[in-house]
Amino acid sequence: MLAAGVEPVDPRQMARRFRLALATGTLIAVAFTAGILRLNPALARYLSEPMFWIREAYCAALSGIALLGMHRLARPGRRLGLVPAALALVVIAMWVLAVVALAPASPQLRTRLVLGATAAVCPFLIALIAAPLFVAHLWIMRGLAPTRLPLAGAAAGFAAGSMGALVYSLHCPELAAPFIGIWYLSGILIPTMLGAWLGPWLLRW
Amino acid sequence: MSEERLRSLFVQSLAGDEQAYRQFLSELTALLRAFLRRRLARLPDQVEDLVQEILIAVHNQRQTYAPEQPLTPWVYAIARYKIIDLLRRRSRSDLLHDPIDDDAELFTTADAEVAEARFDVAKLLRALPDRQRLPIWYVKIEGATVADTAVRTGMSVSAVKIGIHRGLKALAATIRNTA
Repeated sequence: MLAAGVEPVDPRQMARRFRLALATGTLIAVAFTAGILRLNPALARYLSEPMFWIREAYCAALSGIALLGMHRLARPGRRLGLVPAALALVVIAMWVLAVVALAPASPQLRTRLVLGATAAVCPFLIALIAAPLFVAHLWIMRGLAPTRLPLAGAAAGFAAGSMGALVYSLHCPELAAPFIGIWYLSGILIPTMLGAWLGPWLLRW
Repeated sequence: MSEERLRSLFVQSLAGDEQAYRQFLSELTALLRAFLRRRLARLPDQVEDLVQEILIAVHNQRQTYAPEQPLTPWVYAIARYKIIDLLRRRSRSDLLHDPIDDDAELFTTADAEVAEARFDVAKLLRALPDRQRLPIWYVKIEGATVADTAVRTGMSVSAVKIGIHRGLKALAATIRNTA
């Protein structure tokens, strides 16, 4: 009986869902950052700093890889493949840079490299900015068919967290690799854990 | 062996070929039934419900299938998900069950329940609002076209399609909660 009057399926449906949710989530996150937190006034000066670009590339790479992971987890029977390894590689690369920065530094400088001026708020602001993206990503997942629910929730959270970190970096004054390797990652892991926990509740179908 | 054939039928179905889809569903039903009988040897009464639930899931999630992917792992992952879902629900509800139920189950067999399944569809449908129940009844059970159904119910064509889609989703949810 399911066959009667069946409609052709538009193969671009899934991509459309992703685009719509990503655009809405990003827009709200950027509006919040620019409107309430304010963009960093030194942003223009950062453009000539290599660490600025490394930081942006770090967040962008994590976002891209996590989105790919989401895309795979949303379809029954697809394997994650190298996605977890690629995420680990990016994280470790930042840690290597952190060690390189910390090794020659004096003890006082080390403290400054790790804590910066904003370590206490950084993870929470990233999680806050990631919130609209988190909702958007869970909405994407809910319309599709993930079969491993905690993992699918975690991937949605990780993608939201790293995109949130990318947006937050427009406000953030920190450029030290140890700071990014610790506090950015902590901020990303907040929605990740929340997603892993909520996945089995919210993503059932 | 059946991968190639089922996949080409399914790809045609995704392009809107009703004949191919009917063929696909009936072959898939037979495969699922055999597969589940082996897997759920201890729960023969659950097999038919689960077959239906998996078919509805395949139907509702068909946009998540990418034509360049092999079909078997996709169907298998859906079936596995639904089996685990069923077992999880049972292990939870079994704690509340009184073992005296087992006596009554001696007299019901899976085959008798197949005949009852048709009643169940009518019973389940009755719980849906008219705007979902009528399109499903006319199009999916009587076999009328969407356009005819629109005329008979006085609904617009897109309202009929939406009614079918939402109604099937609601049915799947009901089956899931009562099974």
